[in-house]
Amino acid sequence: MQAELGKCVLHPVCLSRQVIEDDEEDLSFTLPSSSQVQRGMDRLTSAEVDRKVAEVVQFILIKDQKKVPIKRADIIKNVIKENRNIYPEIMKKVNMTFEKVFGLKLVEIDVKNHAFILVNNLELDLPSPPKRQIYCYGLLFVILSVIFMKGGAVKEAVVWNTLKKLRVDPGERHEEFGDVKKLLTDEFVRQKYLEYARIPHTDPPEHEFRWGLRAESEVSKTRLLEFVAQLHEKEPQNWPKQYKEATTSDARSSQAS
Amino acid sequence: MAGSLSDCHRRFLQSLMCNGIIVRSKAIALHRNCCEVHNTHYTRDGLDEFIDLINSHLEPLFMQIRKSVSEEDGLQYYALVNMAETDITRMSSDYADNELELFRKTMDLIVDSESGRASSTDILNCADSLNTRKMKKKETELLLTRLVRDKWLNEKHGEYTLSTRCIMEMEQYIQKIYQDMVKTCAICHNVVFQSQMCDNMSCGIKMHIPCVAKYFKGRSDPQCPVCNAFWPHEIPEIRDTAQVPLEMENTAPTPSTSHSRRRR
Repeated sequence: MQAELGKCVLHPVCLSRQVIEDDEEDLSFTLPSSSQVQRGMDRLTSAEVDRKVAEVVQFILIKDQKKVPIKRADIIKNVIKENRNIYPEIMKKVNMTFEKVFGLKLVEIDVKNHAFILVNNLELDLPSPPKRQIYCYGLLFVILSVIFMKGGAVKEAVVWNTLKKLRVDPGERHEEFGDVKKLLTDEFVRQKYLEYARIPHTDPPEHEFRWGLRAESEVSKTRLLEFVAQLHEKEPQNWPKQYKEATTSDARSSQAS
Repeated sequence: MAGSLSDCHRRFLQSLMCNGIIVRSKAIALHRNCCEVHNTHYTRDGLDEFIDLINSHLEPLFMQIRKSVSEEDGLQYYALVNMAETDITRMSSDYADNELELFRKTMDLIVDSESGRASSTDILNCADSLNTRKMKKKETELLLTRLVRDKWLNEKHGEYTLSTRCIMEMEQYIQKIYQDMVKTCAICHNVVFQSQMCDNMSCGIKMHIPCVAKYFKGRSDPQCPVCNAFWPHEIPEIRDTAQVPLEMENTAPTPSTSHSRRRR
């Protein structure tokens, strides 16, 4: 899963920081036609285009530090600005740069609202992240497994019970995780690993947990099922519904990449 | 560009970004580990060439992996540094405006001091007179902890110094803002904060503590390299480069020896 990248960004110039407003929506932007792009490209020198590409790459790396999806509207407003007619060309080069230089991939996880995340493109194990992150992702993996095995959505009570079995009490402050409830319902939700939605017509209000968009993108369901299968000392095929879901889902994501 | 990068280089770069700054011995181990993991040919002294290739691809992005010697322990460190001075670099979302102002004031204190150190008391006093928004004692202490954790400042005995990474990343900015107020070391000619200074009033040159150790090693009669006046300060022992640094971070990556292939 995603390591914390781009930490090198307290640049001297940012010591006089401006506040960035995040656009809520991106309604005003429609993708330019290819002739508009061509005209746009002709107006800028290739050095200027490369400069824009560099700025977008840095912008995304900085924003990605927060693990919150990066909106297309923000990229345009803060970096591309008046050159929005060559946005597609710039993004093409940005994608290539992330892959070729950093081994990262820019994935559009929210097609409707045009938001991206950076995921790791390298096949093998990631460089060692800090300890807390390892523990948190371990916990996340368990929660994702529970949700997956139970068909894609579970009532929050199930998750809290699972945690209690792991000796992690959501009511108490945990040594490694801190406020566990906040971690699951706030931090992981913001990072799009989980969804925490209110179940309608419940009183007192109940919530359920689902997989978030980032989890769908980053986590292999096949691998997860294999992990669960190993725990039970059985074969993954013993859970036909989940097995089918896993193979379909992974086929879909490898098609998209 | 010399040649294209392979996953080996990318993994190294990701690791470096993850850790912010790493000491040379760990960089060497990381290089070896990345080559092993990606079945790439590894040459023992190939680190600098390896990094040069990555840098050739980072240059158009206004980033560089730079190396620099630490003022604290005299060891060489590597960090990924932002070289651009564009608008977007102002958008670092880690620190609030008043936090950045306090950090700047801390830097002012450090530059103004002879020792290259700022006491927590002096920093707390600054917190009281910020233009953006005043900070209380507790807030300031938390901020300082974060700055140390994020490797911008080092702390020892209640005094704060600029970290190696900070100096590396901010060198251009520091020289632009502080100009003559910041000195360069008479030996290595890099910017210097924590130093020993020549006692001769008409000389006043500064040297990094590790540079002093190296320059005066084995000399019984230390003299200023510029004016030949007697060098009155205690000459520190030179650090054996094979030693693990005591003060600097132990959070550099340890190469993972187990790697399972993730099947998708």
